[in-house]
Amino acid sequence: MVKLRIDNKEINVPKGTTILDAAVKVGIDIPTLCHMKLHDMNIENKPGGCRICVVEVAGRKNLAPACCTAVDEGMVCNTNSVRVINARRTVMELILSDHPAECLTCAKSGECELQDMAHRLGIRELHYTGEQSTYRMDDSPAIIRDPNKCIMCRRCEMMCNEIQTVGVLTAVQRGFKSVVTPAFQHDLMHSECTFCGQCLAVCPTGALTEVDETGAVIRALADPKKTVVVQTAPAVRAALGEEFGNKPGTLVTGKMVAALRRLGFDYVFDTDFAADLTIMEEGTELLRRLNGYLKGDKSVKLPILTSCCPAWVNFFEHQFPDMLDIPSTARSPQQMFGSIAKTYFAEKLGIDRKDMVVVSIMPCVAKKYERGREEFAVNGNPDVDIVLTTRELAYFLKLFNVDLNSLPEEEFDQPMGESTGAGVIFGTTGGVIEAAVRTAYEVHTGKELPRLDFEELRGMQGLREATIDFDGLPLKIGIAHGLGNARKLLEDIQSGKSQYHAIEIMSCPGGCIGGGGQPYHHGKVEILRKRQQAIYLEDDLKTIRKSHENPYIQKLYAEFLGEPMSAKAHSLLHTKYFNKHNLAHK
Amino acid sequence: MKPIKSVQDLNKIKAKTNVSVKQTAANSKDEAVVVKVAMATCGIASGAKDTYDYFVDELKRRHVKATVCQTGCMSYCYAEPTVEVTIPGEEPVVFGHVNTAKVQEIIDRYIIGHELVDGIIPASYKTV
Amino acid sequence: MAKNYIFVCGGIGCRALESEQLKKNLQREIILQGLSEEVQLVTTGCFGFCEKGPLVKILPDNTFYVQVAPEDAGELIYQHFIQKQKLERLLYIHPETQQRVTEAGDMDFYKKQFRIALRNCGFIDPENIEEYIARDGYAALAKCLTEMTPDSVIDAVKQSGLRGRGGGGFSTGLKWEITKKSTGNQKYVVCNADEGDPGAFMDRSLLEGDPHSIIEAMTICGYSIGADKGLIYIRAEYPLAIKRLQKALQQAEDAGLLGKNILGTKFNFSIDIRLGAGAFVCGEETALIHSMEGCRGEPTYKPPFPSVEGYLGKPTNVNNVETFANIPVIINKGADWFSNIGTEKSKGTKVFALAGKINNVGLIEVPMGTTLREIIFDIGGGIKDGKKFKAVQTGGPSGGCLGEQFLDTPIDYDNLIEAGSMMGSGGMIVLDEDDCMVSIAKFYLEFTLHESCGKCAPCRIGNKRLHELLDKITKGEGEKEDLKKLRALGTVIKETSLCGLGQSSPNPVLSTMQNFYDEYKAHVFEKTCPAKQCKDLITFTIVEENCTGCTLCFRNCPVEAITGEKGKVHEIHQDLCIRCGICYSKCKFDAILVE
Repeated sequence: MVKLRIDNKEINVPKGTTILDAAVKVGIDIPTLCHMKLHDMNIENKPGGCRICVVEVAGRKNLAPACCTAVDEGMVCNTNSVRVINARRTVMELILSDHPAECLTCAKSGECELQDMAHRLGIRELHYTGEQSTYRMDDSPAIIRDPNKCIMCRRCEMMCNEIQTVGVLTAVQRGFKSVVTPAFQHDLMHSECTFCGQCLAVCPTGALTEVDETGAVIRALADPKKTVVVQTAPAVRAALGEEFGNKPGTLVTGKMVAALRRLGFDYVFDTDFAADLTIMEEGTELLRRLNGYLKGDKSVKLPILTSCCPAWVNFFEHQFPDMLDIPSTARSPQQMFGSIAKTYFAEKLGIDRKDMVVVSIMPCVAKKYERGREEFAVNGNPDVDIVLTTRELAYFLKLFNVDLNSLPEEEFDQPMGESTGAGVIFGTTGGVIEAAVRTAYEVHTGKELPRLDFEELRGMQGLREATIDFDGLPLKIGIAHGLGNARKLLEDIQSGKSQYHAIEIMSCPGGCIGGGGQPYHHGKVEILRKRQQAIYLEDDLKTIRKSHENPYIQKLYAEFLGEPMSAKAHSLLHTKYFNKHNLAHK
Repeated sequence: MKPIKSVQDLNKIKAKTNVSVKQTAANSKDEAVVVKVAMATCGIASGAKDTYDYFVDELKRRHVKATVCQTGCMSYCYAEPTVEVTIPGEEPVVFGHVNTAKVQEIIDRYIIGHELVDGIIPASYKTV
Repeated sequence: MAKNYIFVCGGIGCRALESEQLKKNLQREIILQGLSEEVQLVTTGCFGFCEKGPLVKILPDNTFYVQVAPEDAGELIYQHFIQKQKLERLLYIHPETQQRVTEAGDMDFYKKQFRIALRNCGFIDPENIEEYIARDGYAALAKCLTEMTPDSVIDAVKQSGLRGRGGGGFSTGLKWEITKKSTGNQKYVVCNADEGDPGAFMDRSLLEGDPHSIIEAMTICGYSIGADKGLIYIRAEYPLAIKRLQKALQQAEDAGLLGKNILGTKFNFSIDIRLGAGAFVCGEETALIHSMEGCRGEPTYKPPFPSVEGYLGKPTNVNNVETFANIPVIINKGADWFSNIGTEKSKGTKVFALAGKINNVGLIEVPMGTTLREIIFDIGGGIKDGKKFKAVQTGGPSGGCLGEQFLDTPIDYDNLIEAGSMMGSGGMIVLDEDDCMVSIAKFYLEFTLHESCGKCAPCRIGNKRLHELLDKITKGEGEKEDLKKLRALGTVIKETSLCGLGQSSPNPVLSTMQNFYDEYKAHVFEKTCPAKQCKDLITFTIVEENCTGCTLCFRNCPVEAITGEKGKVHEIHQDLCIRCGICYSKCKFDAILVE
């Protein structure tokens, strides 16, 4: 233990503790800007770059950044001397002097950590003004980069490189010109960006934001010729409430359905239904490959990898092009939904697919990119027309004067609103594979599952593994969330070290609950935990918890698809992958 | 070069090379004249390569027994190219601003004629 | 009979003191006194003792005469060559002993420069390892490996008092000791050859002139700290230094002085070269290490210091080229010998790259404690064109400008910092009366502005704002408040920046404000530039009574701002004039006035 004094308060902390963390223990909240720490997830950003957290350490000539200065025995710190306050405010003024004063029209207004800090430090005037940076805006289907608002906190860079190992964002140039950007200052669309959106999930300012598509939804809803169908992803209901002042982890499924009806959607459906459908296809594919493998068919490759996550698909298309035959060919639930809505459901309604608009509410910005992939359109008409993030839905509701909290709880429409507990847990890391196990077990063994909760598959650890006894067959399962962890599993497969039969991968830390389109967690990992609990709660509350028992899914196969992996199912519910290696920068 | 396996080996080389290192006045009149051209980046940029080549060609043409070699920066940046000439039995002399015309003068008057010429840079330091 | 030579200094300093006339008179006297056969007059470069010029040295008896006036010629020739006696009254008087000095070698100024680091530069062929060996090369390594323990090597380096020559001035021995004591199965020795200060070229000259001394020193360091791997980080802009280093490394390997079982011992050591892309900040050791790791060259907060957590996370000892160059001498001659040179807290010598408005631009190596006056006037030959000394900039962009009041300050790490500058890597740029101190500060700041890595806000944005304020002032738009802002902002940048670059970047501004505040005031309150350099604050006009109408200015003006006919007084049109000063430099009749 190390003894030190901070603002005249004595404290003992373990060796290696930073001044910042030590101060918290005596109730001193030193302001930080670039620093971000997601406890337990091994995510920490402390470049020591913003210099907002500087404090005075007795005996040192210069001020020390609290976030990366380790405590010393007998250290005496002052976090609020005139010298410190003056330096802190001056540095803040400098940062603001190179930041566009566009708060009123900024997508991040109200959620901006820079704005909060200016407020907290009481900045009323900029004493130092001058030239501001002028960089080109970078539009993509999913993410907008406005480098002029970048404050070089490097959080996005850390997420992109260290956590996701995608390696798209990096600081370039020197001095005043330095900025975080893809290599050669290319656009994101011409980079290896997976659009996972973790950069914008941690961006403290409006430098990285999602593409706003609410306008397109409003126009579609106002068009009397269009039948507008909405689907909501499982993770949305566990987080939307936060935007309306509810505690993290508040489930708002019923209220969300009611709210979507108030907005004027013709049919409010559930992506969970499509998740159940995914299990039918992906589970069947898993069993076929497993059986083939067990029979010694050398052409069959294991492990099988999930393919629900669009950023993950982008990741392996760019970075592991030699492994395109390993992931399941099943489309993601969003795309399965769109495909079925514009065929099966449109037929039922007796309308042309062109007159139907499918809107998705997703926790994800990569879904915006995914829906635009050419293979997910028929004659140029996309299966999914518009994707809104959870955040955009919240803005939309506020714009339309809908107060989520005061609404009654309502049920989804049918036939694509019924789902099982298995569909719900798609929203968290470990959920897809647990859902798959629930169905695959019963199909494979012909026996009923003795239990439904697979605790061994749950949790927040970045890399997890479990062996599930398939009635004598030990099925080895690997789980990764965060693309950096996914990379480790892929490299094991490449080198032949992998022992798994099936692997679930989600790009975002925590899975979809931590997606780039969710309400900002501002670095608080506890929020993700609460959302995860909400997801499992909803699963627990469901009467049907196995995908193959969903009556509407059974009906869909009976009426329309035939059986899982049928030719029709193949054309509507499966996809192929493309080698995008070196496509970037061309 | 044969690998140096011990301190004895190292000392052998040192003893052997001592004679041929050219910064001290050579003893015997039979020794060759040694011309050292300062050829660091700054010297080369000021034309030391031409100076070097001209010395080589000209001394050969005049059948003067001489060794022309390169060395590092002599530190007189204001007087590049700089050249040190050691005539056997005499102290080395450094000349500054040595272009080809100066080379000609140094060879004619100093190396062959044994009389000092303008442009000498007086040494003003001690060394270890 | 051996020929006698009279060396007359042809340096600019002596010429200003009529050395040309002296030469003529001496030549005449040689002929008149019938000495043409045995006495020859030779013009030399600057002796570097200009304050006592004109200087005359006579060979072979090595007599040195100072302050020789043209009218002394006859007496000197007669006395020295006919009477064969030294002309007492012109001999140099030693300032301490008050004795006349007869032998040139005994004179003080010969001792002003002492070469330890530069000992082989310009002596040996850098591409020949045998010549290095002949000059005691690798003897220090042999001594370490066969007679000394790693700890005793570190002790020797500590005892010597050697401090880092890259600028920081940290005790080299202590650094070695910390690296040795740090836990790690792999350790590294890194040579920082990323010399980037404007006007500095000490390291380049060392590497080009004596690469083996660096290799030997790194190997010694590796032996003492327990590292078997060395890396030289050198900027790609130094192709010749790289080439010579590569050649030297190959020779050392072939000679078995690098590699396995060096000199028949169990010690192994190898060295690789890493090329830097020329970012100034990569001279900062953590940035240098990141650059070597293939990452963006930007610093990280210290601690942890590289000695504890460096290259690839392993304990790494980073020393500058010149620091290493001293090591073999310390080992060979002993720590006591070394620590006798220099001042109490700064031992040994320092190499400076002397540049700017000085006659003898070049590399010098002087014992610590030498004064700026000795360097500039005795060694450097004084200010060019007889102009007045104004300031000397030391420490590059991190340093400051020291005015006349600091000329007699003995140079060492601590004195320079106290004076508001720093040792830096050893760049020394001399400024004269024509240099505008505000513009100089702006120049250095512009450099840092471009070379900041952009990681921390005060350096990235603060220096930009500082530069904008200076720009405003040099344009005559400065206000009283701006002077306050310069100080306040400069101070915050210094105390909040992440690395040494930002922490010292305001030094040129703060030190010029400290020492030349009048110039700032002139720019702000009177809207004038005393040095007549700031284009927005000066005008060029024709002095009618001097103008002969020669058309020279008119023909040379790049923007046709001058009109006039041959033989008639010309006119400069202020609305067109870009104040380039070409007319001023071309006019032969003092007919252009700068105000």
